[in-house]
Amino acid sequence: MTNLRDDPILEAYLTETTQLVEQLEEIILVCEEAKSFSEEMIHEIFRIMHTIKGSSSMMHFTNIATLAHALEDLFSFMRENPQQVFEWSTLSDLMLEGVDLTKLELYKIKNGDEPDGDMSDLIGRVKLILESLEQGGIPSVSPSSLAQYYRAHIFFTEDCGMENVRAFQIIHQLKEQVEEYRHIPENILDQSAADTIQQQGFQLWIKTDKLYDEVYSLLSNTSYLKQVELVIVNSMADQVADDDDAETEPRSEDKQAQVKQQPSRDKESLPSTSRHQGKTINVNVHKLDELMDLVGELVIAEAMVTQNTDLIGLELEQFQKASRHLQKITKEIQDKVMEIRMVPLVMTFQRMQRVVRDMSKELGKDVQLKMVGEHTEVDKNIIEHISDPIMHLVRNAVDHGIETVQERAAAGKPETAVLTLEAQNIGGEVLIMVKDDGRGLDKVRILQKAKENGLLHKPEADMTDKDIYNLIFLPGFSTKEAITEYSGRGVGMDVVVQNIAAVGGTVAVDSLAGEGTTFTIKIPLTLAIIDGMNVRVGESKYTIPTTSIDQSFRPNERDIITDPNGNEMIMVRGNCYPIIRLHERYRVETEITRIVDGILIMVEQDGNRTCLFVDELLGQQQVVVKALPTYIRSFHSIEGISGCTLLGDGEISLILDVQGLLNMK
Amino acid sequence: MTETLQKDIEAYEEDSQKDKYLTFMLDDECYGLEIRYVTEIIGIQKITTVPEMPDFVRGIINLRGKIIPVMDVRLRFKKPFQPYMDRTCIIVVDIHELCIGLIVDRVSEVITIPESQVVAPPDVQKRGNRFVMGIGKVGQEVKLLLDCEKLLNDHEIEQLHSNS
Repeated sequence: MTNLRDDPILEAYLTETTQLVEQLEEIILVCEEAKSFSEEMIHEIFRIMHTIKGSSSMMHFTNIATLAHALEDLFSFMRENPQQVFEWSTLSDLMLEGVDLTKLELYKIKNGDEPDGDMSDLIGRVKLILESLEQGGIPSVSPSSLAQYYRAHIFFTEDCGMENVRAFQIIHQLKEQVEEYRHIPENILDQSAADTIQQQGFQLWIKTDKLYDEVYSLLSNTSYLKQVELVIVNSMADQVADDDDAETEPRSEDKQAQVKQQPSRDKESLPSTSRHQGKTINVNVHKLDELMDLVGELVIAEAMVTQNTDLIGLELEQFQKASRHLQKITKEIQDKVMEIRMVPLVMTFQRMQRVVRDMSKELGKDVQLKMVGEHTEVDKNIIEHISDPIMHLVRNAVDHGIETVQERAAAGKPETAVLTLEAQNIGGEVLIMVKDDGRGLDKVRILQKAKENGLLHKPEADMTDKDIYNLIFLPGFSTKEAITEYSGRGVGMDVVVQNIAAVGGTVAVDSLAGEGTTFTIKIPLTLAIIDGMNVRVGESKYTIPTTSIDQSFRPNERDIITDPNGNEMIMVRGNCYPIIRLHERYRVETEITRIVDGILIMVEQDGNRTCLFVDELLGQQQVVVKALPTYIRSFHSIEGISGCTLLGDGEISLILDVQGLLNMK
Repeated sequence: MTETLQKDIEAYEEDSQKDKYLTFMLDDECYGLEIRYVTEIIGIQKITTVPEMPDFVRGIINLRGKIIPVMDVRLRFKKPFQPYMDRTCIIVVDIHELCIGLIVDRVSEVITIPESQVVAPPDVQKRGNRFVMGIGKVGQEVKLLLDCEKLLNDHEIEQLHSNS
């Protein structure tokens, strides 16, 4: 097969078709939730299948094209016969099967393999359904039984009189046209039947292959009719409706709902992806990456000009004005480019719908997925890395966390469990939470498992509940007895942690027994360019991210305390904070060794604070974060240093990582 | 088809660089590096120290906007340290996307040593010998030809321990 890189047409086909298939899946899930396929949705599905058929035939992917063709025919028929009735759940299962098969073929093509999947079984079933529809029957799982059962509850007007005769008339009309029928009251020739019918209505069960509308009109074709309630039921033995139902309008829904002309309420539920198609353009991510790099270089070059050593001591007013203007514009370009790379999380969250649906069906649980803040945007690079961890957490929640319907009922909880995916932008970070209202984490079992695997690093008595819950992130941990298809192998959680750490984020968990569990993923918004404070220690320069800095000050001798172990601390407004001597920590030579000669910078991460002792502050600056060279990192990662950057004068400054410094203690 | 043509071109280019070595001096010893790995030679410049690294990793430098690590070859070969002077050079090598600068006393010349003139090194025991992949004979002189990959990838555990 041709190499993907070389063939732009193939790449375009894959991008477009993958997008369409995802859209299709979304539509199907929406229809499933609404328990019907509205006219608008049918149009949309037809359109998608038509496009896929066309482009797949052009690319000679015949099996995909044939499947698309079969589905296109089916939906074309449905489009032209909107009053046709069919089972939505069989249809959606069928469609999802088609979606999965197509996705598999696309995946094969992407990897350079032949798309050789055999779709003939599915295509056969689709054609069968189409045939039975064309013959006017109502297709069901077993196409052989086309008959349908109805239950009618008929009420006559008060001044009707001789209701039993009316009822007899109805029966008489129906007799020739239906396969079977029965009614209550059974003996309508009896005078007392008239009273029964007057008060309780006439109940009729019919077996026929006629359509709903036909049956309805047959029944309505009677005089003195006050009300006809017609529903589709499972069998002739279906029970009597409650008295309450007699008050309602003739309903048309039951287990197997029908398709009717749905009003434009579906306008809102049309998947978000198709709505945005108007004003967007697809851009290759590589180009965006290159653009980002260039903008980074621009920031450095701009600093090299405006902070050039040649300018020290010179009074250049016009120059200063111009360089401030340059700085402003550079910052704007930077912000814009960052914005372009931001992608809303909604697509990632939507993908979870399918996962939740399939898993709940399979495990016999009832789970509803809720999304909050799904339009929060995140850098494109990050999206790729968090998709898998989120999927894993969702799977875990449905598999382990959420109880079966019976368990929930027994515990007095609503049968439908709620799994919430929430995203928020706070400070310079994105928070993504996976919350479930399931059974929560089992503290006792976690502790036990950790002990068994020798994973306890703190004495048991010192561990808070949160500490215990966070043990599950350690490698080799799993309290699930049996390894299911979905989880339990003990490799999941720490892979989640690693994937998230790869984008500079953290993950934590909290739980309440019996009420649920919440996983919180925190990811820094921008990896590449940060606001930093440059400081000097001896000949070395360091940069501290300003978001971590609380304050900086020149200490007083009397506020400095040394404890018996030699650890230095400083008192600030009644609180005591440890001091980290950077020159000692990193073995830098400097003349300033007395704390009162230098500056203390109070830094904070996750509520923990410490003070860094440096020689002097050099100034605030926007810096481009560059990773330390691979060679350096191949030895080991340096705790407390997260990268480096080039300063305006060409010198290199090491970027400090506050969490790392705190850990070093 | 284009692939095989591409490979032929690469092989041809390699051939023209094969057997060519850049030689440099450490004290009285002359070492050689395969020229195909060398990207440039620059004078000594300000080095930013990186903490917690083995002693031969002096730190990082700014090479026209690119940050590359530098290694002191004397210290790598466990020779005594010598302060840097004007003549001290940094040889920038690039192997498999790994870029590193090698600090040497001074650079000599580029010479061609045909394969026939290269013999295998003696026992791999003494310091520095680990990195020597062959001994090249040029007239009366002997050049120690270095294995670049080993130089970059061979991280001895003892060195790390000595720094912790």
